[in-house]
Amino acid sequence: MANQEGDHYISYLDQQGKYRGLLAWLLSTDHKRIGLMYFYVIATFFFIAVSLGLLMRTELIAPGETIMSPQTYNGLFTVHGIIMIFIIVIPGLSVVFGNFFLPILIGAKDVAFPKLNLLSFYLFLLGAIMAVLSQFLGDGPPDTGWSFYVPYSVESSTNVIFALTAAFILGFSSILTGINFIVTIHRMRAPGMTFMRMPLFPWSIYATAWIQVLATPIIGITLLMVVAERAFSIGFFDPALGGDPILFQHLFWIYSHPAVYIMILPAMGVVTEIFPTFSQKPVFGYTAIAISSLTIAFIGYFVWGHHMFTSGTSYFSRLFFSLLTFLVAVPSAIKVFNWVATMYGGSIDLKPPLLYAVGFIFLFMIGGLTGLIQGALATNIQVHDTAFVVAHFHYIIFGGMGFAAFAGIHYWYPKMFGKMYNIRFANIAWVVIFTGFNLFYFPQLVIGMQGMPRRYFDYLPQFKTGQVLSTIGSYILVTGLLMMLINLLATRKKGKTAPANPWKGVTLEWQIPSPPPLENFDIIPEIKRRPYFFGESKNEK
Amino acid sequence: MSDHAVHSEHYDREAGKLGMWIFLFTELFLFGGLFLVYAVFRATYSADFHEAASELNTFIGTLNTVFLLTSSMTVAMSITAIQKNNRTLAFMLILITLILAGLFMVDKYIEWSHEFAYKVYPGSEVLKNMPRGELLFFGLYFMMTGLHALHVFIGMILLTINLVKVKKGIIHRENYLLLENSGLYWHLVDLIWIFLFPLLYLVS
Repeated sequence: MANQEGDHYISYLDQQGKYRGLLAWLLSTDHKRIGLMYFYVIATFFFIAVSLGLLMRTELIAPGETIMSPQTYNGLFTVHGIIMIFIIVIPGLSVVFGNFFLPILIGAKDVAFPKLNLLSFYLFLLGAIMAVLSQFLGDGPPDTGWSFYVPYSVESSTNVIFALTAAFILGFSSILTGINFIVTIHRMRAPGMTFMRMPLFPWSIYATAWIQVLATPIIGITLLMVVAERAFSIGFFDPALGGDPILFQHLFWIYSHPAVYIMILPAMGVVTEIFPTFSQKPVFGYTAIAISSLTIAFIGYFVWGHHMFTSGTSYFSRLFFSLLTFLVAVPSAIKVFNWVATMYGGSIDLKPPLLYAVGFIFLFMIGGLTGLIQGALATNIQVHDTAFVVAHFHYIIFGGMGFAAFAGIHYWYPKMFGKMYNIRFANIAWVVIFTGFNLFYFPQLVIGMQGMPRRYFDYLPQFKTGQVLSTIGSYILVTGLLMMLINLLATRKKGKTAPANPWKGVTLEWQIPSPPPLENFDIIPEIKRRPYFFGESKNEK
Repeated sequence: MSDHAVHSEHYDREAGKLGMWIFLFTELFLFGGLFLVYAVFRATYSADFHEAASELNTFIGTLNTVFLLTSSMTVAMSITAIQKNNRTLAFMLILITLILAGLFMVDKYIEWSHEFAYKVYPGSEVLKNMPRGELLFFGLYFMMTGLHALHVFIGMILLTINLVKVKKGIIHRENYLLLENSGLYWHLVDLIWIFLFPLLYLVS
């Protein structure tokens, strides 16, 4: 292909356009630059939210008030939740790697609507800044939890409206990104790239984008209704005025359950790119993985009621939602089997991206199986609103989506920046993160099962061992995260130059130089076969 | 951008339309949330909804329906006019659409101020003393028509931009995607009103 290594070209990082310096980034409509801007913003917020989490863990190191008041603790878990959910994990992988690699993987020069893409970014930035400002304006940080449950979110004297508006704007940004990616995939695939020849990360982005488009408006209108409820006491969710708080829970989870698939589907897509490359073997069950993404998106839309098993919904509806919840586990399991089968018999190269991807499978399976415990009606009553749920959720979202994000960063870092990080150091950081993670969250599964409620700033003495272990785990985890961060930052400054294809990958991003030139491809490639072809003989088509 | 590597904006009319259609779906879902809430409360308080709806002025509602339906026709005609390369006619038709939209808003203003005069607005004492179902009906009425009016307003801004661009000749026979998409948006505004009108004014 054209533009091989050694040829003279200007990378997107060095490109000089109409604007200079910082403006060349802030006003760029290049999907790669926008992807990187998202990356920096999200990484910054991630470390803010991690610090908040660390403060909460420190508070829980001993029973009673340790370093903060209960009200501060309520504010902390709300802000931790809002930042982590709405700013990091919902947009996360889709806006960073989706923006950067979706066009490259389908052989396009950019997304379908580059200007809209930049608008999405600025809406995102506005929403993110508002979410942070809501902590300082008005009467203290919101203390409702990220789920804004009524009636408390209507009664709380804290600055809830501002946080609601922030979430609304972030949702709008998410919708626009979703539209952009759907249209990009429909209209901009390289010649010859049929849907069934598309790599699997774009497939997962495609499924995600549909959820973003079809579910996000519901949370938008719901948040507006809560705003109206607070501002004008319109009565929809207030029993005193004839309304129904359970209605809010339905509307909220109609979006927020599919939202967890917005979080996890791109993560699955990232690791699906990694397994074939580091096994040097075509992905096992291409069609099954592609279709299971769509199945997850579809069934995931109809399971929201499982968040409300203890809210007094009817027996029949609980039965229905429980059944669907078990069903949605099937396509996820299909993916896990396919990943493992992809590695089977391959020539495995245990580099950091694969380590994180394998860690992903391990943690995701713990998260998924504990999810089924909650999906079953009888056991749900025991674990509802306990630390068990917190642990389950973090196993899925941090262990799943988070580890996939780290896998993606280590996989694509040489491509994005043209520099290679210190692999040994990255491996050590992985060990520390993996150990810390499990020490952090596994005890919470146990104390949750024993009855430790979630969102409590205090606890009974019998939970002390679990809580202390958990806090120690959190310190180890953060140490590992910092090691990873330092490694990557050091690489950015003085890393060795990375070759165009350090991992011997076969998808399109590895066929262009690192870092990619402004328009990705000199000549748009023509696709003649399915992806992940590692080729026994070169002339076989 | 630079001399050699110009970052090409990608023009694809089909893409533009596809994107717009998906966006319209999200708008439908946005209102869908309110329709869902309406359905729940209508089922719970059907007698109260019946009472409350009879207090709305059906004449004003009908007049607004006529305004919007006609404007939907004129905006569709303006697109045909552009396709036939008749820019003057297209200009006039968009202008008529805008005037009809303006009339809708004036009508809406009269209706709302009439209700405000009777101290019927969200959170008012009068409303709080009403039966619960009527209070919720008016809550829904103000929220739904308010959100709809906001969409009419956004549509008017879009149409104004189109008006200027048609006048300047930026929108012409070869390039009228913006007008087409604005037209689609305007039809959506119309479509939602067609559901709002019977649900709010005619259920009595």
